[in-house]
Amino acid sequence: MSYITAENLIKTYGRGDAVVSAVCDVSFQIEAGEFVGLMGESGAGKSTLLSIMGAMNAPTSGSFVVDEINIYSLSSEQQADFRREFLGFIFQDFCLVPYLTVFENVMLPLTIVRKSRKQKQVMVENALSQVGLLEKAARLQNQISGGEKERVAIARAIVNEPPVLLADEPTGNLDSKTSADIMKLLQNFNSDGMTIIMVTHSEACARYARRLMRVSDGKIVADQPMSGKHLAN
Amino acid sequence: MTLKHISIKNLIRRKGKAFFVLAGLVIGVSTVVGIISYIEAMTNDINHKLEKYGANILIVPRTENLTLTYGGLSLGGVSFEMQEIREAKLAQVSSIKNARNIAALGPLVLGVVDVNSHKVLLAGVDFKASTILKPWWQLQGELPDENGVILGAEAARILKLSTGDSFETKDRHFVVSGILQPTGSQDDQLVFARLSTAQALFDKGGRVSMAEVAALCQDCPIEEMVRQISDALPGAKVMAIQQVVKGRMQTLGQFKKFSVGISGVILLIGSLVVLVTMMSSVRERTDEIGIFRAIGFRKRHVMQIIFLEAAIVSGLAGIVGYLLGWGSAKAAVQFFVDGHSGIVPFNLELAAGAFILALFIGLVSSAYPAVMAARLDPGEALRSL
Repeated sequence: MSYITAENLIKTYGRGDAVVSAVCDVSFQIEAGEFVGLMGESGAGKSTLLSIMGAMNAPTSGSFVVDEINIYSLSSEQQADFRREFLGFIFQDFCLVPYLTVFENVMLPLTIVRKSRKQKQVMVENALSQVGLLEKAARLQNQISGGEKERVAIARAIVNEPPVLLADEPTGNLDSKTSADIMKLLQNFNSDGMTIIMVTHSEACARYARRLMRVSDGKIVADQPMSGKHLAN
Repeated sequence: MTLKHISIKNLIRRKGKAFFVLAGLVIGVSTVVGIISYIEAMTNDINHKLEKYGANILIVPRTENLTLTYGGLSLGGVSFEMQEIREAKLAQVSSIKNARNIAALGPLVLGVVDVNSHKVLLAGVDFKASTILKPWWQLQGELPDENGVILGAEAARILKLSTGDSFETKDRHFVVSGILQPTGSQDDQLVFARLSTAQALFDKGGRVSMAEVAALCQDCPIEEMVRQISDALPGAKVMAIQQVVKGRMQTLGQFKKFSVGISGVILLIGSLVVLVTMMSSVRERTDEIGIFRAIGFRKRHVMQIIFLEAAIVSGLAGIVGYLLGWGSAKAAVQFFVDGHSGIVPFNLELAAGAFILALFIGLVSSAYPAVMAARLDPGEALRSL
């Protein structure tokens, strides 16, 4: 069985005549260690699909299994535990907590984890080192650049070393050079064995993925590995 | 970093809202503390005054055929003359078991005299004891000597006498040394002279018509004292006048009830302020709570953050509210209560109560916003970004 299996996922919003289908009968498998890009136009259903994969948006029907755990058969609290232990999130617009420092933002997922203060500190410093922000740990988010905010968001996503990283438009607000740096960072994490699923509508970013799913009108219309000539270095 | 750390940082960031919650609770708690402290001070003050002036006990001659109503002024001259209490016997009152509870003993000699063609009741009193027994007296003029009298306000008006005027009665010449301000009591209609003067005038040497006792009755059973005095004076009828005490205590009781009602309303308003502010704070923080939930915070973790914030502000409000209420009560007592020493003691129990009350209101009022925050669907919350 594949590491991640989605079967006949359907997600609709509204009722009666006002029903809108965001995801229409989608099925796929993702193996551990893959780097999957989800591409599509705005409103195609990419983010809805990602939120279903993130145990944050129950599908109207269908099943979503990660590491043999049927996510939506879990209670909402168990889903929270699953998110904490299995997933790292990189949100659109960074989603940093404004009144916490860079260090504290990265520490956030560890706040509710049973580990010693020293262990947590080492984990945060390690995550910040990986994104190159250790020296700016004491700053607030309004004291760092957009690219640095994205790095903080990435550090927060990887601090508890999750097996799966979900990224929603991680370079949506960044210039091309910074975007490339961020994508290389994600590529490095993938090289270390982390499964990455990334929503993007940037062809340039999609080239960093090893597999590309194209989404349109809530359906996966194309699912193919990226060939060598498409891959970014 | 802990959840407490997140709560404190958020409070610092949202100082305005935190201050609003704090202010709402401080007003509520300080009002309750202020009212309780003020009532306590008033009760102490009344007790203090009661100790000083006492719940009066009236000692009158025991008789079967005489209605001796000092208050109602229905004294019958002839029959009254027949009933007296020996002054020497009266001294036995100071030897009763609860003698230490007696603040003052005021013998009275009553009789009727003719002044300017009017019959008027003349009371011989011990003016020293009267300062304790009748603290409401306001005298314009001076206390009389052996040949002087003071007049009640009504008596002065009817007899057309002023301070310095003189009159003759029973072959004796008297000078009006002072006039009492209206008291609203029977004293307004009386002429007062020294006890010895009245005894001589009515030929009642060594005898008195009745006596008033100021008993210190905060911690003594008045009925028991009445019994003890009755035993000491078998020929006298001893009665406790408790109306004044009961009336004052009843007024205080009604004030207490009213204050509890007002406090309840203020606390309710305080709770609503906390509720509304916390609700608005939760709404403002939808995205933040969405992030918490998305990265794996359980519902209880989110609730813990909200409750911690409420507890920190409420606890602070409890302390500040107590101090403010205590200070207000001190100021109010000094300002409104005449003759009070102005001491409102620091009450540790009340302080603890204020702290717990503030905490309780803060937490109860935050329960719904906390549940609302915990129930936020992370997917929905993050869509609001």
